[in-house]
Amino acid sequence: MADQPKEVKLYGHGFSGYCTMVNSALKLKGVAFEYVEEDLQNKSEALLRLNPVYKKVPVLVVDGEPIAESLVILQYIDDVWKNPPLLPEDPYQRAKVRFWADYVYQKLVPPVYRIRTSEGDARKKAEEEFRANLITLEDGVREELWSAGGSFINGEKPGLLDVIMGSCHTGLKYLEDVAGVKLVEKDRTPLLCSCMEAFVELDVVKGP
Amino acid sequence: MAPPSDDLKLLGSWASSYTHRVQLALKLKGLAFEYAEEDLADKSPSLLLYNPVYEKVPVLLHRGRPVLESVIILHYLDETWPEVPLMPADPYDRALARFWCHFVDDKLGPAVGAVFASPSDGQAAAVEQVHENLRLVERELREGAFAGRRRFFGGDKIGVLDIVLGCGSYWLAVFEEVMEVKLVDPEAFPLFHSWLRDFEEQEEVKAIIPAIDRLLEYARGVRQMMLGLSTRQQ
Repeated sequence: MADQPKEVKLYGHGFSGYCTMVNSALKLKGVAFEYVEEDLQNKSEALLRLNPVYKKVPVLVVDGEPIAESLVILQYIDDVWKNPPLLPEDPYQRAKVRFWADYVYQKLVPPVYRIRTSEGDARKKAEEEFRANLITLEDGVREELWSAGGSFINGEKPGLLDVIMGSCHTGLKYLEDVAGVKLVEKDRTPLLCSCMEAFVELDVVKGP
Repeated sequence: MAPPSDDLKLLGSWASSYTHRVQLALKLKGLAFEYAEEDLADKSPSLLLYNPVYEKVPVLLHRGRPVLESVIILHYLDETWPEVPLMPADPYDRALARFWCHFVDDKLGPAVGAVFASPSDGQAAAVEQVHENLRLVERELREGAFAGRRRFFGGDKIGVLDIVLGCGSYWLAVFEEVMEVKLVDPEAFPLFHSWLRDFEEQEEVKAIIPAIDRLLEYARGVRQMMLGLSTRQQ
């Protein structure tokens, strides 16, 4: 393929779901890259220089040029390395995938943050909010995107939403153990559970 | 001659910068559409039907099917009507545009809103947040990927980032007057200031953005209501 970028480097952290998203997407597409594990308590000078706006991981650096923000990076990866595609071809389907991907960041990430950082009633409220929003995601994706066949929202192979939700699986399970509360109910969100479980079983995710 | 746009309808609100983004994009692409004004204090059944998750404008209906979230709508318009492209062609430039669009909605927009919502004695911190965010934009214009190259983020013509940042930046002047603060000092933010001036001079932008006195009246009304509410709560 013409114009193949030469040097791809990912700055990340092992416990970050966002980094798992990018890591997995690159591996799914068979992209060779160097991985740099960041110490988030002691961020490298390189990271601060490459992401001065947010100073966070993940940052993908392609031929020396940095890209930050996981959803931006994922779309970039899909733009450059076409196979297998993470987004559908049809513009309306793409709009729906983007909507639900954005929903994860707008409606699931904030309550998770509050669960991790608050206590008592505030945390209970955040847990309820997360569960309710996860159900909304399940129902929305099931109605608008899913065509039965395969374990993933995208079908037989993972798409953008599978990468995003699948990459959150480990973190959610960990949070359930630590918080001692059920955040994901299989009977209420079967499709999301199926895609998350299938995702973590993928060779590219399990492997080194 | 406008290309056939087969059945486009926009649910919006006249003072919503998110609505303006879509209106501006439609205008730039020469697409005809039907517009329906939503009263956000009394949302229509249509709005609730097409956007049950957020109950917000804008909602674009194309052949009766809803597309939601302004930036997603801009992508949809660009992919469906690729003439007069809003997104850059190069994947890295696209990533940059997406990143800064995210920054506008994630950081700059809320910071500007916080100034407007701040109590009379709490403005300074909110204003400093805006300045901090504008400094990041200014630096990007001065030294970053957009440096020196062109008049707009999109090149010689306005593109998606100009639309997203520009439709909303007029609130800066409105809040400056209503809140009596300086948000965009041309000496502190010369590149941002000149970019904004160029943006607001575009014919299509002038046709879309409401007259400043209407925006001022609206902002004053909202501010009074907010202050009235907080007084009653004390």
